[in-house]
Amino acid sequence: MTATLSYTLTDSATMLRRNLKHQLRYPSLTLMLAGFPILFLLLFVYVFGGQLGAGLGPGGAHPDRHAYLTYVVPGILIMTVASAALGTAISIAMDMTEGIIDRFRTMAIARGAVLTGHVIGTLLQTLAVLVLVVGVSLAMGFRSAAGLLAWLATAGILGLFAFALIWLSTALGLAAKSVETASNTPMFLTLLPFLSSAFVPTSTMPAGLRQFAEYQPFTPVIQTTRGLLTGGPIGAHAIAAVAWSVGIALACYLWSIRLYDRRRAADPK
Amino acid sequence: MTRSGVAITARGMRKSFGEHTVLDGVDLEVGEGTIFALLGPNGAGKTTIVRILSTLIRAEAGTIRVAGHDLAADPDGVRAAIGVTGQFSAVDNLLTGEENLQLMADLRHLGRAAGRRRVAELLDRFELTDAARKPLSTYSGGMRRRLDLAMTLVGAPRLIFLDEPTTGLDPRSRRTMWQIIRELAADGVTIFLTTQNLEEADQLADRVAVLDHGHIVTEGTPDELKRRIPGGHVQLQFAGPHELSAAAALLPAATPDPDQLSLQVYGDGSVTELRYLLNQLAEAGIGAERLSIHTPDLDDVFFTVTGHPAGTDREKAPQP
Repeated sequence: MTATLSYTLTDSATMLRRNLKHQLRYPSLTLMLAGFPILFLLLFVYVFGGQLGAGLGPGGAHPDRHAYLTYVVPGILIMTVASAALGTAISIAMDMTEGIIDRFRTMAIARGAVLTGHVIGTLLQTLAVLVLVVGVSLAMGFRSAAGLLAWLATAGILGLFAFALIWLSTALGLAAKSVETASNTPMFLTLLPFLSSAFVPTSTMPAGLRQFAEYQPFTPVIQTTRGLLTGGPIGAHAIAAVAWSVGIALACYLWSIRLYDRRRAADPK
Repeated sequence: MTRSGVAITARGMRKSFGEHTVLDGVDLEVGEGTIFALLGPNGAGKTTIVRILSTLIRAEAGTIRVAGHDLAADPDGVRAAIGVTGQFSAVDNLLTGEENLQLMADLRHLGRAAGRRRVAELLDRFELTDAARKPLSTYSGGMRRRLDLAMTLVGAPRLIFLDEPTTGLDPRSRRTMWQIIRELAADGVTIFLTTQNLEEADQLADRVAVLDHGHIVTEGTPDELKRRIPGGHVQLQFAGPHELSAAAALLPAATPDPDQLSLQVYGDGSVTELRYLLNQLAEAGIGAERLSIHTPDLDDVFFTVTGHPAGTDREKAPQP
């Protein structure tokens, strides 16, 4: 039936509007999501940046805050994506405790539309927060030689990775038994950027940690973004970044749909 | 819709949560365009039945047809035909009343113009027009309940489930809700409601089923149920023990209560019966101080069929 596909689109759009209305009416969550990476940006550049920048670029051993700013901005953008995704688990878990979800389940709504509305809504929110963080970076003196195409590619790779992490967070939010659990479980997402090339090159890490940092999904995404914005080799990183993103998104989408259906089947009252 | 005039049929519906059997072979039949009340104490399984019939959870066994669709095979067919107002308010607290209704109109695919019309019409009908653009945090309990029901009605469903629709409402809001339910029934909508409130079932329902411990223990029209059980009697109050013993001797079938100086005479409380009783007393020269007539209500039915009063009901004080 072609009607099914068209209803899937209409219902998802309806749920997206609902999600955007929530965001606009309660902007505090969006501001918190933006505030967290901006705080880290300020902290890492102005507090640690002078010293951390010493080991980077042509400045040699001299403190080089600007070199560190250039290095860390791609990492901060990834951190933005991770922390924005984290919010999805909380808002999904909160939504699932609301009576309206039971109402949705008794209506002939396209399968997955409720979740799709959340995911696309958070994705748009993430992109908006990314623009804000880039704006703050530019104000702090970050400069990129990237042309329009490279910026678009950056938006694409970050958007794709955000899409993957948001589906992951959605599944974690659905799997959580309470809103508290939902806000704690995905915390590892904010930890992973530290164990990657976001803040310092992986070459400075001890052996075991270095291997983990090099092979975990954040690093190829960061390296691709870094390559696009500030030059440097991208190589196989781009392929790894896309593969990780698509893989995580697909697996977590299927997991989420299953969890959503199963909540319907159980849930004693 | 079904052609047979039956909105819901269930045969052998079973459901358990872990080791706890909630429904142990429930049979139901609800005629199209009627109000059906499912009565039972807390934990009897009323909400479980509503959740099964409204596709929220699956029954473990039983054949169930709702609004002409097989529940197990075609849940989306059922969903498109029904409206559900659960026990807990199913509204989006972050939206306004109007936005909540518009959300339902969009999900029912009513189209822009028709959706707007329907939303305005329901706001007006449920006296929510003034509060339409206010956040739900400003709504009273009665307003939320009305909005909840209005949202259920956006798609003009022909079969509506109402799980304890008046629990927690003040008497005035309850009357309003009853009025709305009666109007819906007058339009030919089938209504399946659960309640702990016996008066509510008596007031609204065409048929009542009493659920206890996972079984339907009795079923019929409110009048049939009342007729089926004993409990109608005339109570005579006497001035002293002499009068009481004289009356008890005259009416051997009655039950005397020496402490209260009263005598319970069983019967249906009809005028003929009363006249006969009073004549008997007058002829024997026995003077009664006071007389009261007790007709069985659904409380008596409930007590008789379940063996315990509807005491778990927070809404209704036990009869004095």
